[in-house]
Amino acid sequence: MEAVEYTTPKTVSEAVQAMASKGDRARALAGGTDLLVQLRGGRRSADLVVDVKDIPELNEISYSSSGGLTIGAAAPCYRIYQDAAVAANYPGLVDSASLIGSIQIQGRASLGGNLCNSAPSADAIPAMIALGAVANIAGPNGTRQVAVEDFCTGPGRNVLEPGEILVSINMPAPQASSGANYLRFIPRNEMDIAVAGVGSSVVLDGSGQNFVSGRISLASVAPTPVFCEAAGASLAGKPVSDEAIEEAARLAMEDAKPITDMRGTIRQRVHLVGVLTRRTLNNAIQRARGE
Amino acid sequence: MPGLVHVSTTINGNPTDFLCEPRQSLLEVLRDVLGMTGTKEGCNDGNCGACTVMFDGRIVTSCLVLGVEAQGKEISTIEGVASPEGLHPVQQAFLENAALQCGICTPGFIVAAKALLDREPDADEGRIRHWLAGNLCRCTGYDKIVRAVLDAEDKMKA
Ligand SMILES: Cc1cc2nc3c(=O)[nH]c(=O)nc-3n(C[C@H](O)[C@H](O)[C@H](O)COP(=O)(O)OP(=O)(O)OC[C@H]3O[C@@H](n4cnc5c(N)ncnc54)[C@H](O)[C@@H]3O)c2cc1C
Ligand code: FES
Ligand code: FES
Repeated sequence: MEAVEYTTPKTVSEAVQAMASKGDRARALAGGTDLLVQLRGGRRSADLVVDVKDIPELNEISYSSSGGLTIGAAAPCYRIYQDAAVAANYPGLVDSASLIGSIQIQGRASLGGNLCNSAPSADAIPAMIALGAVANIAGPNGTRQVAVEDFCTGPGRNVLEPGEILVSINMPAPQASSGANYLRFIPRNEMDIAVAGVGSSVVLDGSGQNFVSGRISLASVAPTPVFCEAAGASLAGKPVSDEAIEEAARLAMEDAKPITDMRGTIRQRVHLVGVLTRRTLNNAIQRARGE
Repeated sequence: MPGLVHVSTTINGNPTDFLCEPRQSLLEVLRDVLGMTGTKEGCNDGNCGACTVMFDGRIVTSCLVLGVEAQGKEISTIEGVASPEGLHPVQQAFLENAALQCGICTPGFIVAAKALLDREPDADEGRIRHWLAGNLCRCTGYDKIVRAVLDAEDKMKA
């Protein structure tokens, strides 16, 4: 790895100042499980590494039934899945946080890093999109919010401008009779990159028999994570049935624009989107019903 | 060219100071600066677990931590596992169950397995296999490693 400078800002504004001082030659460091691999491999380079882990807002995990869940951008996966409020209210998020990498990786890897690394295969991004997450960004010109489905712009690219950092991710409080799930397909049991992944969430009516709304998002089948707006919207107002789930899966498969590479073929990936959409919807429905 | 940074940390309970470049990993610092070569390098990219150490109470791959991040932290390595009285039960069980061949993965497995048994003394085989999924072994086929950890678990409870 080439020589870099290193700084540990204690506040968001110090971090923004440090980032802005080096423009696109500065990189934020959270768990380092993407960044250090990339800097060492020469896939990214930087003059300044800004370690954001000492900033309180980036470490926060807080939940309220009115404001929902705020997860600091640097909070590592293990703190997310060990948090009682997260486990109780956002099992769909726990699904993704507990399958990223190994126990070692989960000790460091953050959801903020997963989002800012903006890999098409990132496991937490579809789970966050399904949950309607919003990214809170701070920069030299103040703060702004971007829906997670609008955050990534290409492989490894996103809406962050030089000088900006991700501060936290906000997810609305779960509605009554709602549930979510994330699943991916990998050829091993652990430690692999998704061939395809699907995150789904549903809201059911009081009877548990009809869809009020749904959100579906895909990993590893396009240059960015995919938000399948039509597939999710197709559920609204329909009775919970195999036909409604099948139609949503068909629409999700239409949104998948994968490539063939060493992990899988186009045909396999589109097929997997159908299978995983059905499975995640069924799991989300079970969770919504409290089954 | 950025200079050397002075880092004050605690390693295996001992207050430790060192100088390193910001680009150096904790693994490089342990091995090349501090001469603590028990922690091994396999892949240098987070996949093999040979470089596993405890970092503020959690196992991490030290190849994906910067040395400068050790400032003010508590680190423990394979060198801190045995006590003056003798080997740790996990180490003893690895020997008795022939859970190593070339040995390059062994320090990482032992640090990771000890971390699991310290927090979950009743971990079952499935849990052990899941916990150790971030540690790769080229030689043993894993089964003897899992047997050794189960054996150590029994001994630690006795
Ligand atoms: C062995 C191994 C296995 C893995 N397995 C998986 C897996 O199963 N699924 C998966 O999705 N990923 C996996 N990954 C990739 C990686 O662990 C995840 O993407 C992780 O969530 C990244 O988080 P981090 O905190 O380590 O990010 P970092 O590496 O610290 O940062 C990632 C990127 O985001 C930027 N960044 C970080 N925080 C901020 C911020 N607050 N503001 C602005 N920019 C920021 C950094 O500059 C960098 O470009 C794996 C990696 C390894 C090494
Ligand atoms: S050397 Fe660190 S994980 Fe392989
Ligand atoms: S004993 Fe050789 S790699 Fe495990």
